[in-house]
This record gives sequence, C-alpha cells and structure tokens, in this order.
Amino acid sequence: MAAAPRRPGSPGNGLRRRVFRIRRSSPQGLVPYIFIAPNLLLFSLFMLFPLCYAMFISLHDWDLVGDTSFAGLANYSRLVTDPLFWTALRQTLLYAGGAVPASLALGMLAAVGLNQRMPGRIFMRSIFFMPVVVSGVATAVIASWLFNDNYGVINALLERAGLSRVNWLSSPSWALPSLIITTLWLRVGFCMIIYLAALQSIPRTYYEAARIDGASALQQFIHITWPLLRPATFLLLIINVIYSFHVFDLVFVMTGGGPGFSTTVLVQYIFNLAFASSEMGYASAMGIALYALILAFTVLQWLAGRRSEVAMGGG
Amino acid sequence: MARIRSFPLVAWLLLACGTLVMASPIYWMLATALRPRAEVFAAQPSLWPSRLVWSNIGAVFTQYPTLQWLANTATIAVIAVAITVTINLACGYAFAKFRFPGRDVLFFLILSALMIPIQVILVPEFLVVSWFGLLNTNWGVILPRCAEAFGIFMTRQFMLSLPDELIEAGRLDGAGELQIFWRIVLPLSRPLIAVLVVFTFMWRWNDFAWPLVVLTDQQHFTIQQGLNLLKGDPNPNWPHIMSLALISIAPMLAIFVACQRFIVQGVANTGLK
Repeated sequence: MAAAPRRPGSPGNGLRRRVFRIRRSSPQGLVPYIFIAPNLLLFSLFMLFPLCYAMFISLHDWDLVGDTSFAGLANYSRLVTDPLFWTALRQTLLYAGGAVPASLALGMLAAVGLNQRMPGRIFMRSIFFMPVVVSGVATAVIASWLFNDNYGVINALLERAGLSRVNWLSSPSWALPSLIITTLWLRVGFCMIIYLAALQSIPRTYYEAARIDGASALQQFIHITWPLLRPATFLLLIINVIYSFHVFDLVFVMTGGGPGFSTTVLVQYIFNLAFASSEMGYASAMGIALYALILAFTVLQWLAGRRSEVAMGGG
Repeated sequence: MARIRSFPLVAWLLLACGTLVMASPIYWMLATALRPRAEVFAAQPSLWPSRLVWSNIGAVFTQYPTLQWLANTATIAVIAVAITVTINLACGYAFAKFRFPGRDVLFFLILSALMIPIQVILVPEFLVVSWFGLLNTNWGVILPRCAEAFGIFMTRQFMLSLPDELIEAGRLDGAGELQIFWRIVLPLSRPLIAVLVVFTFMWRWNDFAWPLVVLTDQQHFTIQQGLNLLKGDPNPNWPHIMSLALISIAPMLAIFVACQRFIVQGVANTGLK
C-alpha cells in the first residue's frame, strides 16, 4: 500500500485529515468515484430525488395546473377513509394471493418434471420459458382476444365441451380471475427456470442414497427436493409478491381497472388519480403507501424465511 | 439410461399438455393475424385458417404509423442499452475492484432504492422529466431508467471473480485506469456484457407504464403504446391487433431463439445469487 503517512494526532486541520484518510484507504484516489459518477448522477436525479419529492408532494394539495397548498397529513387521512383505496388494496391482495402461489406451484411442477431425462425436454423448457420475453401489453392484448366474450377461442372451446360461455372480461366476478390466469402464463416459466437452477445444484448422491434406503419417488421429493428448494421458493415468493403489488401493464390494457372498479389495483388507481383527475398530492401519498406495503411484506417474508432456516438447523 | 425408460408416460403426457397450453396463445395470435377477416368472427372458429392472408400484416403498416412506432422503440432501446450498459459496467467495476470510503453505504443505497418499481414514483418522476422539458422526447423515456440495479448488481458479482493480479499487473506496466478497464477488464467480461445487452434491450422494448406517462403524442409512441391504442378502439379490429402484436413480439422471439442461453443464465444467476 502506497499510503500517505498520517501522523497520529498531527495538528493538521479537518480538511487535510479527511484528504489523508481517503488517500490511505484508496490508493487510486478519485478514480472509483469517477467510475461511479455517471450512474450516481442519474440515480440521484431520477430515483433518489423523486422518492424524496414524492413525500413532499404527498403533504400538499397539488394539481398540475392550479395552485398548490400545504395540506399536512390530509392526504394520508384521506387514504384511510377512501373506500376505493380499500377496494384497490383488497384487489391487489386478491390478485397476489391468486397469482403468486399458483405460479410457484406450477413452476415447481414444471421444473421437477423437466429436470428428468425424457424426449423433447429442451423444447418443452423453451416453450415454458418463452413468455419471459413477451411484453405485458402483447400478453394482455392476446389474452383479451382469447377471453373475448363473443369471438374468443376459450368460450368457443367451452361451448364445444358442452359448458356455458363465461363473460370473462365484462363481468366483475370473472375479470380478476382472467387477469390471474394470464399472469400465470407470463410467470410460470420464470419460476421454472429458478427452480431448475436450484434442482441442478442438488447432489445426485442424495437421491442415490435415498433409493438404496428404499425411498419412493414421493418420499424423495418430500424429504430431499422440497426442503432443498426452500431458498429458491423463498426468493421467488419475494420477487413475485413485489411483481404482483406493482402490476400495471396487464390490468391497464386488459380491463382498464373495470368493469366498474372490479380490477382496479393500487397502481391503476394511482395512475387514474394522477393522470386522469390530476390529484398529484393524493396519488403521491398512495404511492408512498404502496412502497411501505412492499417494504413491509419483503421484511416480513425475509424474517419468516430466516426463522424457518434457523428451525431447520441453519440448513 | 435406466431413467429414460423409467420416466412415467403419464408425467410426460402432462408436461406435453402443459407445453401445448403455453404455446397456444402465440399460435392463436398467429392464426388470427393471418386469417381472412370473415373467419375471425365465427362463433366456432376453425383451428387452422382456411388460407393465409399476408396482406393483414401489410395493412397494419399502411393504416397506422407502425413503422414510426417501431423506429421510436428501436431508437429508445438502442440508446438506452448503450448508456445503461456502459455506466452500469463502470459502476459495478468500481464497487467490485476498488476500496474507497463510503463504498458499502453507496452500494446498499443504490441497490435498495433501485428495487423501487417506477410505478411507485410515477408522479414525482413525471414532474422531474417535465421540468427538464423532456416530455414527448426519447430522452425522457431513456434517462430515468439508466441507473439499473440489475446491471450494477450483476456486474459487481461477475467482476468480484476476476483476479486482482491482472489489474495490478496492468498498473505496474503503467497503464492508466481507463486503459485497464477498457483493455483488460472489459474483454474478460464479454459473457456479462452479452447478458446485460440482451436484458436491457428486452426491457426497454417491452416497457409500457413509463412511456405511457412521458409520450402523449401519437407520433412519439412506442410499439407497445401503439398496440394499446389499437386495442382501445371502441370497435377493435382484432386481425389488425393480432398482426401488430405479432410484429411487436417478433424481434423478441428472434432474440429469444438466438440468445436463450444468456437469458436463462441471467435469470438463474440473479435469481439465486
């Protein structure tokens, strides 16, 4: 280390001491700061500042054209009494509660199946994974056509099977399930890939030993695969819950939050408030509430994941 | 070899059915895009189009500013990839290979703040972009998304595994820091760069929420906004919508076929590590 000598207790002023310390711990001086500067600049301008600014806006009555005035916590107390906020929150939770467990379960099934040697498995994996590159808008548009009340192929198939047609996207009770089914198409392949990577890191000898002990395939799954997939499950849970909480493209294009408010999730509601009714202050307050919600769930899941790891003896 | 034979037929059939279900939306999009219009609105549509009407796709180009939308999206995606990948590589390199005061705090700050979905800060972000006069410009779409957490994180993980000796050797030979980065570090990082380029391009091509807020003028729309515009017509022309969906997905599917290995790697690595 070519460090500049720093005499302990030298009478140099504060500035000089600080310069010395930088030189001491980083022989390249300012070089690393120059490397991170462009990123840090854009980050501060377009992430850090807006986040702080959102808090400021949320304390005001703020619309795009008129005046702004300080409102204190009025926007936050409005959250509590706004029935539409609670509806949107409930629908967001319902959407997450439907989409997340199902995409994890199907992703795990597909991964366990496609981890076996069998004809066509590479092709099947590719098809399962393909939706990962398809945009939310394209997915929503295709799904709207498949679920179309009159000309949709799903209703045609139902009819051919002797069942009655369903008003998928125009009835308040079926619109959210349609969105969840569409989400599964979009997310199962992603979960499958993460599970496949985890499965491939399980040593084969574990299964060989289990077979020698006479364990059935189901027992092998319960006692080896399931516990060893736990970190992957935990990670996918967090990723998918965050994804579900800020879902927007699918909802906006497929239903626009309707019919009525039956699929209005939180981000859709924030969007309507900000860009249709120009209530920037209230929309910002709701954005912050959503952020707090995401943060709370992530921390909760993280704590739960740690506890179960401890319960398993750190395994 | 024993496992091939012992793999149960039932499980294979189930997976094959799953594959069929996963592929069918894409097939139906294709079939609708290329069908004669009269067949599209049948109560019981046939599985195969009776004949392929390629002119449906041509019509989408002549009746809507599709070419303009494609050009806008490609411009945004290419510029965004160039900036994002460059600054993320530089930033990740500094976090992986330098020791400097504030490093860990900065890294944690950037990562935790960048986990925030842009949907949460739509309003303030919109106001910032409008102050800069960037509404209805490509830069308004590009700049706010350049400091990408994924890229910084991936770069740092990758570069931690590059041997320090190579960089030290460069310094002893009197190479400048930028030269070391350009001549030694980047050539060793080709697989990483491939992953970053593919993902960033894909994200910017597929983005919707943010362009929807920034670009309000139809001439400036991205292809995703164009697709949404067609779908929003009170009397939607489904063959045209499916043709445009096909046009918007085709480049992504081509990238998927060509770069599947990188995409799988990217997902598996960031997922688990």
